[in-house]
Amino acid sequence: MSGMLKNALCWMDDRFPVTKVWNEHLAEYYAPKNFNWMYYFGSLAMLVLVNQIITGIFLTIHYKPDAKLAFDSVEYIMRDVEWGWLIRYMHSTGASAFFVVVYLHMFRGLIYGSFKKPRELVWIFGMIIYVALMAEAFMGYLLPWGQMSYWGAQVIVSLFGAIPYVGEDLALWLRGDYVISDATLNRFFAFHVIAIPLVLVILVFMHIVALHAVGSNNPEGIEIKKHKDDKGVPLDGIPFHPYYSVKDLVGVAVFLFFFALIIFYMPEMGGYFLEHANFIPANPLKTPDHIAPVWYFTPFYAVLRAVPDKFLGVVAMGAAIVVLFLLPWLDRGVNKSIRYRGPVFKAAIVAFVISFIGLGYFGMQPVTPVGTFFSRFFSIVYFAFFLLMPFYSNLAQDEYVPERVDEK
Amino acid sequence: MSEQVVDKRRRLFLTAAATAVTGVGAAYVAVPFLSSMNPSDRAKAAGAPVEADIAKLEPGQLIRVEWRGKPVWVLKRTPEVMAELNAEGDYLRDPESNESEQPESCKNSGRSIKPEVFLAVGICTHLGCSPTFRPEVAPEDLGPEWKGGFFCPCHGSKFDLSGRVFAGVPAPLNLVVPPHEYITDSRIIIGSEGGQA
Repeated sequence: MSGMLKNALCWMDDRFPVTKVWNEHLAEYYAPKNFNWMYYFGSLAMLVLVNQIITGIFLTIHYKPDAKLAFDSVEYIMRDVEWGWLIRYMHSTGASAFFVVVYLHMFRGLIYGSFKKPRELVWIFGMIIYVALMAEAFMGYLLPWGQMSYWGAQVIVSLFGAIPYVGEDLALWLRGDYVISDATLNRFFAFHVIAIPLVLVILVFMHIVALHAVGSNNPEGIEIKKHKDDKGVPLDGIPFHPYYSVKDLVGVAVFLFFFALIIFYMPEMGGYFLEHANFIPANPLKTPDHIAPVWYFTPFYAVLRAVPDKFLGVVAMGAAIVVLFLLPWLDRGVNKSIRYRGPVFKAAIVAFVISFIGLGYFGMQPVTPVGTFFSRFFSIVYFAFFLLMPFYSNLAQDEYVPERVDEK
Repeated sequence: MSEQVVDKRRRLFLTAAATAVTGVGAAYVAVPFLSSMNPSDRAKAAGAPVEADIAKLEPGQLIRVEWRGKPVWVLKRTPEVMAELNAEGDYLRDPESNESEQPESCKNSGRSIKPEVFLAVGICTHLGCSPTFRPEVAPEDLGPEWKGGFFCPCHGSKFDLSGRVFAGVPAPLNLVVPPHEYITDSRIIIGSEGGQA
């Protein structure tokens, strides 16, 4: 039996590089042996992507991308389709879970210097994935055709209208109508279910190919490829499979525990994952009294509202995302990991985290003078963190950085 | 036969020419795809004028009419409000409506053809929310200076009862007054002016 399997594998290998790919990316991909729990989020992001694609396919089987039918078809999925509620909540909770996992994944990269040379392209591909994910989430949120779907899309598409000269025509072209309408819903459906998912999958592929070309970073920021044995295997590396494939399963189990808890007991998360106003069908004549984006967009929304000028607000919001792309060139620190970066950088990271969460909080609240004050303050801290990085990132770094994992 | 020499300049020229022609072709092919996303003929036709009957409109009352999928407000203002609107101005960003959009017939202090009947597209000039009609004077949430107007709940922009924007709010311009004309004393056609749609 095993002889037959071996022959079949040989037959395959002569025609398609099964064994080669398996070895390069799993069995003989050597990852540093000191990964900690923060390294779960990459594989978890893949898991959520698969969850979104599979649940999404099954939702399209029942969903109708038509302004007259969309809202009711979602309610139909929730009430009349067998297990429809579960598939829909897996998809809607998955959207928020995706951002939780991706934000933690990015934060891991930030503190351990995983974006630094030679991993700049890993970071850039990851950032493009993040932007594509935001577009994906935004367009998906229009599909249930509730009040929040409608007015959220109205506000976000109007942002493009703030661009001088071409803005109004661009917004009109994006909507395909003078207002958010059936035409907009139909095209957002097309982008959400096919165009952007395809782009996402290709980008994830490139992200991993780039990562496996340069090798993974680790919490010590040590380049394990500097010390290899006579077979060319990094001394501090262990094969991804079975060591990390099995380890990641533990992360998957813990993740799925919380994921299931939310799906079954708090799928709307008190209005943070699915907003209350979205259970009312879209009404183009009336804006809800308080509109806010879903939580994962609120930090950038707070930046937008902090600026008392329409165009400059849009510019600031865009800049808050663009500046993330520049991180590999803004950070001039020699040491990679936060463990050897000294107090100035550590304090800057703390200030950044507080300002990002603060912006996220005030982005959810109605406009008040206090909220505007704090949004402005945190926006300044946010931009200062990045733009001053070339000046402070090299201050007071540790002199001694170990050459090998476990070296003390 | 085997003595042929590769003419690199020729090869380079052919490669460059083929690339350029392909590029132009690709650009032409992109046109139908990009144009298909513009508003369709049906969407443009739906922008046809609509009629509003104001015979039963009481002073102080506001009705909403749907035009091009947008809310259009028709408000009958009281004489007291008109006096107030003519008096004030210093806290407005564009009191004379010089930068704002309105038909020529409405470029006056009341931004209307008939002084008391005010029409506006009920879409905030900031990011497109629909402001709420707040005619009451000095309500608790809008402060003692409030003399009645429109308040946008999304980002806090304020407009007076002529749709003129306050200074220091995110909205840059006054509310848009749609083209409209009176067919009879009490019937307005919205989206048409001087017989032209």
